[in-house]
Amino acid sequence: MPSRTPLLDDRAFGRTLARMASEVVERSGGTEELVLVGIQRRGVELADRLKRLIDASEGSNLPCGKLDITLYRDDLQTIGPRPIVGETSLPDLDGKTVVIVDDVLYTGRTVRAALDEFADFGRPRRVLLCVLIDRGGRELPIQADIVGTSASAGPGDRVDVFVSELDGRDAAELVRGK
Amino acid sequence: MSAPSLGKDLVGLEPLSAEQIELILDTAEPFKEVSERAIKKVPALRGKTIVNLFFEASTRTRISFEFAEKRLSADTVNVAAVGSSVSKGETLVDTARNLEAMRIDMVVIRHGSSGAAQFLGQRIRSNVINAGDGKHEHPTQGLLDMLTLRDRFKRIEGLKVAICGDILHSRVARSNIWGLTKLGAEVGVCGPASLLPRNVQELGVTILPRIEDAIQWADALNVLRLQLERMEGGFLPSLREYNRVFGVTSERLARAPKDLIILHPGPMNRGVEIDSDVADGPHSVILPQVTNGVAVRMAVLYLLAGGSPDWAQGGDESR
Repeated sequence: MPSRTPLLDDRAFGRTLARMASEVVERSGGTEELVLVGIQRRGVELADRLKRLIDASEGSNLPCGKLDITLYRDDLQTIGPRPIVGETSLPDLDGKTVVIVDDVLYTGRTVRAALDEFADFGRPRRVLLCVLIDRGGRELPIQADIVGTSASAGPGDRVDVFVSELDGRDAAELVRGK
Repeated sequence: MSAPSLGKDLVGLEPLSAEQIELILDTAEPFKEVSERAIKKVPALRGKTIVNLFFEASTRTRISFEFAEKRLSADTVNVAAVGSSVSKGETLVDTARNLEAMRIDMVVIRHGSSGAAQFLGQRIRSNVINAGDGKHEHPTQGLLDMLTLRDRFKRIEGLKVAICGDILHSRVARSNIWGLTKLGAEVGVCGPASLLPRNVQELGVTILPRIEDAIQWADALNVLRLQLERMEGGFLPSLREYNRVFGVTSERLARAPKDLIILHPGPMNRGVEIDSDVADGPHSVILPQVTNGVAVRMAVLYLLAGGSPDWAQGGDESR
C-alpha cells in the first residue's frame, strides 16, 4: 500500500502561493514587462492564482499564457501511446520577463522543453522558474528561482498536487511506494 | 495521461471506433494553433522520414500532408507515379519495400485501386496512411470535414449532413458516411440515381431524391466534385443538365429553412455542382476545410508515430 504524507494542506497551500506571488514581483523588479506562463495542466491553474494575487496587490493586469510542452518532449520518439496534447496560447514574449509556473520540479526535462518552445515564439529578456514543489532528482542542470516548498522524494515516489479548480481541493502530497 | 492508440495504419474510418475518431479530432485542436505561430514548426516528429507516394494526381491533399509533415519536423520525400520506376512496371509492394530498405518510418499513399493502402500496410512495417484509394476511402478528408462541422456546430451527434453528387465514385462520401454515422450524425445522400451506389441505404443513410429535398432537410451540405474524368460511362446526359437539376445555387439555398453550411472537398467545378456565388458566399466553409486539413493530418501523423498499443507504457514523466 502506498503511504501519503501531506506536504501542503489547504491553508499552507494558500500561504505558500501568497509568498510566491510577492517573490515573483520582487525577483522581476515589478510588474512591468512581466508575463506568467503556466505549464499544462496544473501549472496553468497555479499561474492564474499567482496572477490574481499579484494583480490584487499591485493593481496590475498581468498577461498570462498556457504552454503545453508535449510536442517538445525529448522522449517522444521512444514512448509508446501518444500523450494527449493540451492547449498552448502565449502572449507576446519578446523583451519580457517570463515566469514559468509549474506544480512540481523533478527531472528538469519539462523546463528544458519549455525553454526550447519559447525560442520558437520570441526572445524573452529573462526567464524565471517558479514551482510549488521542488522534489529533487534533477537530470539536467536546471534550478528553480522561486520555490513553494521542497521535498526529498526518491525515484519510486510521486508528488501529487491538487488544485481546487480541477480537483476540488488545494493540497500537495508525497506518495511513497506502490 | 496517454491517449488510446490508433494502431499502425490509417486505412479508413470504417475500422475505427467513435472514440478513436474523437481522439483524432480532439488532437487536431492544439495543432491548429501551431499553424498560426510565427514559426510554424514543432519538433514532435524530428528524425522521422515520411514518403508521400502518390499514384494519382493530387495537389491539395499532397500539399496538405506535406505541410503537416514539415510542421512536425519530419523529413519528407515525394514520389509521383509519373517519372518514377512505377511507370517502368514496378509493383506497389516492390516500390514500398525499396523505400523501406532506405529506412523510412511512414508512407502516405494515394492509389487508384480500392484497398491499396490496406494491402501495403499488411506488407511493410512502416505506418501507412491512406490519402485516397480508388472508390474506397479518403479518411483524412472525412476527418477534416467532421472537424469543420464540429467547429461550426460544436457537435456532430444529431447533425443532419447531406452528401450531394457523385456518391458512387466517391471515396470522400464513403469516409464521411462511416465517420459521421459512428459519431451519431444523420447522413443523407442526394444525386442522380445513376450516381448512387445500389443498396446505399444499408450504410444507414437516407436517400434524398432532389437537391431541394436535401436543402430542406440538412444542417450542412457536403457537395462533392463531379468527377468529370469518370463521366465517360454515360452516367449523365450533360453537365448543364446536371447543374440545372442538382446544382447548389443561391436561389435554391435562399429557400432553406435553416442557416445551412456548405462543404466541398475540392477541386470545384464552378457552375456544375456548385455555383460561384455559393462557393464564395457566407454559407461556404470550403477554405476553413483546407485549413483544418493540415491540423487533422498533423494529428494523424502524431498519433500513428506513437506505435502500436502493446508498446511499453512510457507515459508521463512520473512525479
